Amino acid sequence: MDFKDYYATLGVARDASADDIKRAYRKLARKYHPDVSKEADAEARFKEVGEAYEVLKDPEKRTAYDQLGANWQAGQEFRPPPGGPGGARHFHYSTSGAGGEQFEGFSDFFEALFGQGRAPGGMGGAARGPQGFRYRQAGPTRGEDNHARIQIPLEDAFRGASRTLELRNPDGGQRSIRVAIPRGVTERQRIRLAGQGAPGMNGGQAGDLFMEVAFEPHPVFEADGRNILVTLPVTPWEAALGETVGVPTLGGRVDLKIPAGSQSGRRLRLKGRGLPGSPAGDQIVTLRIETPPAASDDARKFYEEMRVRLPFNPRGNMGG
Amino acid sequence: MTREEIDILMGELLDDSLELEFEEFCSICHASEDFVVELVAEGVLEPRGGDRMHWRFTGRSVRRTQVAIRLHEDLDVNLPGVALALDLLEEIERLRR
Repeated sequence: MDFKDYYATLGVARDASADDIKRAYRKLARKYHPDVSKEADAEARFKEVGEAYEVLKDPEKRTAYDQLGANWQAGQEFRPPPGGPGGARHFHYSTSGAGGEQFEGFSDFFEALFGQGRAPGGMGGAARGPQGFRYRQAGPTRGEDNHARIQIPLEDAFRGASRTLELRNPDGGQRSIRVAIPRGVTERQRIRLAGQGAPGMNGGQAGDLFMEVAFEPHPVFEADGRNILVTLPVTPWEAALGETVGVPTLGGRVDLKIPAGSQSGRRLRLKGRGLPGSPAGDQIVTLRIETPPAASDDARKFYEEMRVRLPFNPRGNMGG
Repeated sequence: MTREEIDILMGELLDDSLELEFEEFCSICHASEDFVVELVAEGVLEPRGGDRMHWRFTGRSVRRTQVAIRLHEDLDVNLPGVALALDLLEEIERLRR
């Protein structure tokens, strides 16, 4: 296993005071808290920082850790000395609570020094502890909730679908579940699958699985809640004279009447053509006028004629 | 019913149309009743129904409560701070869209 330099993790000197350590931890915890941070590895960093603080905030654990010596480098291959740090008996951390508590969610390095391994038999389940880490308590305890993110095409949200998820069990094994994606689900909505989280302990019930929905980027549509946004290219004459044109929707092509005198950016609503629900969303069509290229002599002549016969200054109100 | 249909798990969509009673809501969020009462008092949660006995929480409130618990426990933020952080986080999310 790799050696962990807890001082480097918190960015403090080996002789840092308890206040310095706490200050450094608080700052990094805010920076990497998974609910706050957008850093890609926020959750892993938050755990590392929490583990470092768990050791360095506690005088007993810090002393035991310091006994390993100052010559270790982070990431260096580490084997715990026989009998534990400093040649003493294997250091065992317990709080004053009855039944003892065993931290989990920490690295193998931490557990080699301070713990007796994960999930000891006969201990209770997990509860939320300080700094977001979990400790086991005696008695039946509900399993932890698990969280997953699932990316689906917009079409699946429109029609409903099912997806197979691979879940990792606490024992390292894997299991598959097939879950329904409800029709009309919107982005960032969560689906709760009761009892599909981590198993409970000592007869406690299993935790839940919370699945957050995200949409895959779509070449045509964009979702805004239940509304579907689409930009529709139209010709100058369709916009000027009005025209009925075909528009793609998630439910298939529909006809849309473009009112005469439309300009680029005009938004038209196709009521109820968004994601289903109560009420269903709308499809919002934004017109974008595209001009044909003046790529031939004929086309250029035609544009020249328009310049003469259709005097028009679109920058008139800008003083242009 | 085909085997595939049997195997598909139907989840509960945590949206505004879902209403959860106080006790069930606390259980889903792993929150104590006292903590939820404090979140309501702080304005973090706005349950439907008049008094505590008749409170009903929307599915969307589950996430807000779970984040509130994590901020409170992990960062030692007090409840007014949690309320402020939640509002700011939601504002950031809205602006990012």
